[in-house]
Amino acid sequence: MIPQSFEYETPSTLQDAIGLLEKYGEDAKILSGGHSLIPMMKLRFASPEYIIDINNIPGLDYIKEEAGLVKLGALVREADVEHSDLLKTHFPIFADVAKQIADPQVRNRATVAGNLAHGDAANDQPAVMLALRASVVITGSAGARIVPIDEFFFGFYTTAIQPNEILTEIQIPVPPSGTGSAYHKLERKVGDYATAGVGVQLTLDGKGICTAIGIGLTNVNPVPLRAERSEAALLGKPINEATIAEAAKYAAEDCNPSTDLRGSDEYKRAMVAVLLKRMIIKATERALA
Amino acid sequence: MPVQQCRAWNRLPPNPSLFNINNYQITIMIQCKTSKEISGMGHSMKRKEDGRFLQGKGNYIDDLKLPGMLYMDIVRSPYAYAKIKNIDIEAALKVPGVAAVVTGKDLEKYGLHWMPTLMSDTQMVLPTDTVMYQAQEVAAVIATSRYAARDGREAVRVEYEVMKPVIDAHKALDPDAPVLRTDKPGKKDNHIWHWEAGDKEKTDKVFAEADVVVKEHMHIPRIHVSSIETCGCVADYHKVDNHLTMHMTTQAPHAIRTVIALVAGHVGLTEEKVRVISPDIGGGFGGKVPVYPGYVIAIAVSFLVGKPVKWIEDRSENLQADSFARDYHITAEMAGTKDGKILATRFKVLADHGYTDASANPSKYPVGMFSICTGSYDYQTTYMEADAVYTNKPPGGVAYRCSFRVTEAVHAIERITDRFAFEIKKDPAELRMQNFIKKEDFPWHSPTGWIYDSGDYHAGLQKAMDVVDYYGLRKLQVQKRKEGKLMGIGISTFTEVVGAGPSKDFDILGIKMFDSAEIRVHPTGKAIARFGTKSQGQGHETTYAQIIAEVLGIPAENIQVEEGDTDTAPYGLGTYASRSTPTAGAAAAVAARKLVDKARKIAAYLLEVSEEDLDWEPGKFTVKGAPEKVKTIQEIVFAAYTNHPQGMQAGFEATHYYDPPNLTFPSGAYICVVEIDKETGAIDIKRFVAIDDCGHIINPMIVQGQVHGGLTQGLAPAMYEELLYDEAGNILNGTLMDYLVPTAIESPSWETGHVVTPSPHHPIGAKGVGESPTVGAPPAIANAIVDALSPYGITHMEIPITPFKIWKALHDRGVV
Repeated sequence: MIPQSFEYETPSTLQDAIGLLEKYGEDAKILSGGHSLIPMMKLRFASPEYIIDINNIPGLDYIKEEAGLVKLGALVREADVEHSDLLKTHFPIFADVAKQIADPQVRNRATVAGNLAHGDAANDQPAVMLALRASVVITGSAGARIVPIDEFFFGFYTTAIQPNEILTEIQIPVPPSGTGSAYHKLERKVGDYATAGVGVQLTLDGKGICTAIGIGLTNVNPVPLRAERSEAALLGKPINEATIAEAAKYAAEDCNPSTDLRGSDEYKRAMVAVLLKRMIIKATERALA
Repeated sequence: MPVQQCRAWNRLPPNPSLFNINNYQITIMIQCKTSKEISGMGHSMKRKEDGRFLQGKGNYIDDLKLPGMLYMDIVRSPYAYAKIKNIDIEAALKVPGVAAVVTGKDLEKYGLHWMPTLMSDTQMVLPTDTVMYQAQEVAAVIATSRYAARDGREAVRVEYEVMKPVIDAHKALDPDAPVLRTDKPGKKDNHIWHWEAGDKEKTDKVFAEADVVVKEHMHIPRIHVSSIETCGCVADYHKVDNHLTMHMTTQAPHAIRTVIALVAGHVGLTEEKVRVISPDIGGGFGGKVPVYPGYVIAIAVSFLVGKPVKWIEDRSENLQADSFARDYHITAEMAGTKDGKILATRFKVLADHGYTDASANPSKYPVGMFSICTGSYDYQTTYMEADAVYTNKPPGGVAYRCSFRVTEAVHAIERITDRFAFEIKKDPAELRMQNFIKKEDFPWHSPTGWIYDSGDYHAGLQKAMDVVDYYGLRKLQVQKRKEGKLMGIGISTFTEVVGAGPSKDFDILGIKMFDSAEIRVHPTGKAIARFGTKSQGQGHETTYAQIIAEVLGIPAENIQVEEGDTDTAPYGLGTYASRSTPTAGAAAAVAARKLVDKARKIAAYLLEVSEEDLDWEPGKFTVKGAPEKVKTIQEIVFAAYTNHPQGMQAGFEATHYYDPPNLTFPSGAYICVVEIDKETGAIDIKRFVAIDDCGHIINPMIVQGQVHGGLTQGLAPAMYEELLYDEAGNILNGTLMDYLVPTAIESPSWETGHVVTPSPHHPIGAKGVGESPTVGAPPAIANAIVDALSPYGITHMEIPITPFKIWKALHDRGVV
């Protein structure tokens, strides 16, 4: 990598890191896993003057359950969620998604929070967090604020994080029993961005009626997309061929993919429908297991 | 003579259950003439070079750091075709660390702004007025660090006047197409050359009268070798003794030395003043045969400033600017009888060479060995023609792990053969069995003039069919189709042509395509052997040592192999086109035999018997009838330095320049089995069986490694790789994020095996194997996919065949 020259800061507390952000403003970038930032610096698409490396700040790599929430610290790596027993009990979707993100070397460094903070609809974790109805904790000099995932993504590479703030935690509600989740993306080869990706979490009551549903779509819209009409088509209804088909049809209609080397708009819409069908079935099987 | 039985790494499941690949390894017996201690041919000796590679102690070009070394970075064109109005270097010269910025006008003063290509076309080193493709070199920035050089590059301002480019090869010859090579006086169009072979009249007649004629258009996509190590050099010119040492990632160091002398002789760099050193290479695959402009600029700058200059491409530069491979548009036709006899073939090729013909082909063969496209089949009527055109794309083409356009040829014949089988509703395996050249008909004269040395095509295909359980799979396919599932079986039974080549036909820039070996055995019986070739991962340090061990009986472990330094190694044309074993390997065997002849004389002298009274086995002479009277090769070599017969030269050395009497013709029978997810188009390769015939095998483990790597690079263009350009000539996939190089994850579990028909003219009966799998795999995969889709009337799919292309084909036919 031959980037433009930059100053490198390694704060040892969150307060110091936020202080540096206050000082340097938009000229600074946070480095956690670096797997979005460094490729952009390599290609000189990004040329930050200051890099604030938060990897030396202790206590940001937790995965814990508190008060009905599973909390992931800012430095939790993709490899951590891939292998976490706590997440395996509540959220099989994490094992699905993590093993489809890049390759083991990347997963050992890349962070879940960074995957969200980059604000790229091609990343996988945004769709997962939409499906899980997560919230993110954003911390600045005035303290922390909690932002629901639906209010987090603004546009291409734009999120609710201000230049003087850091995404410090992800909070995911622990679902009731009878819940299942699943994620899959089509990719051209291992490590590719999704041609289309779908994450689903649903809860069934004793009669097989869907009592909660979250559906997130990857890389088929300028911003990470919640398939709202598809969710509505399933909520309060049994999961059957008709309701699945209706949900799949709505998701294909409501996304807004662009034609590129991965395929045409038409193909991607068709793939959203196929994947949504398959993920609903897989999540349902897991909910019933 | 003791016969050792050695384990070979063939994996031949005796009773495979269709989709279940049986990982059972059976041991086939290769009769080894030498003991494991000597490790001649047939032994799976561990690679001698791996000690340093596995410990991270390889010596690659970017590891080299010389005192006072400067670094070069290259400004490249954002446009495919544009006039250069102005190059402003002022801001770049102010960047801390930047020493100089070099433009085409600077090189023009020394007559170094153009250079010849290997095909005797011309290529810009740096442009003086026009850029011809996106990512072309425009100027070079020289600085005290790589970072300063890149910062300087970003500060160079170039003003362009963009022109309408020629991108589509099919439109290059349109009357209104802009003429691209205005540098060539009198050039009125974009045509480069026309070539033909075979008999047009006879072929047209057979086609006109044939019961069955099939035809397909196929594009063999423009692809890139993408070796893990990019290209680079350190040019180190010493003013005081007017001497250039060129450290460089080249597959052909000796030829490069001659080319440098031809290009720069007029400024005083004559051939004795040039030393080329090719260090360890991280993959070549043909991409490290050409001379790229960056090398010439680095030499020019080192020459002018008297300091070493390092130039290392980055990944995107390597992918976007270095020579491409393939890019043949082929119309293939086959004529035959209703019961499956092939009568004739006809091929028409449009070759897109980019803005200059920078192919790496033997001089007399502008289409390389494309005329091998009559294939493995017994018929005598064919006609083929090719036309090459200029477009505003990077120049080429190199081979991408293939002997001079053989991959294009094999794809054409193997696809059209399947198309013929489909047309007459005959099983493609049975159709091939019906048409194969018989093993007793070798040497076989092809209708385009090749003399196939040996082969047993029936045995190869039969073995592949047995391993995969071909008829079991066909039954399974019927059942799957009833269930609405897409399953396909594809076959490729190809003939390669490698080992260029006999001096009467083969040269590059006039230099005959021999290759060489020099063996020096030291007094204690250990040896150093040097070669005109250059390994890029093939394992020469082991393979060549084993060939010499086989002949001389000196343990391979005690034979040091060196290549890549033109000051020490004998002249040779280098390593590409699977030629190292057929040429330099043969040279090693012949040189070693010369040493056995000398050893016999010394042994007779030491044992006080006549030469005829001696028996030789690798490693020792014994007296006939008195086996206790023995002289080992080590004792004989010691005597060559200490006690040699009067009148004999001292020492124990031999050199041989091997001029092959013919090419070698490796072959293979590959069967691929796929299942396709109808809804998504996703392709799952369930089985891939590769039975190769590369003649005698020197190191089974290395051969298996070569086959695995080659198959993966055959999978690449079949399903993943293609360089794509938009109408303006912008590359659409200029990074490895979008240019999809398959990995171990994409690769199926390869099942490999062999039949062995030794080359009758090669000293050790070997044929070469490095490229066969890359050549043979793509049509097997394409044929399997087309077979899976054939119930819907699909007769052809253009490679790379992607899930999207499959979905679209099915969607267009209303299937999904």
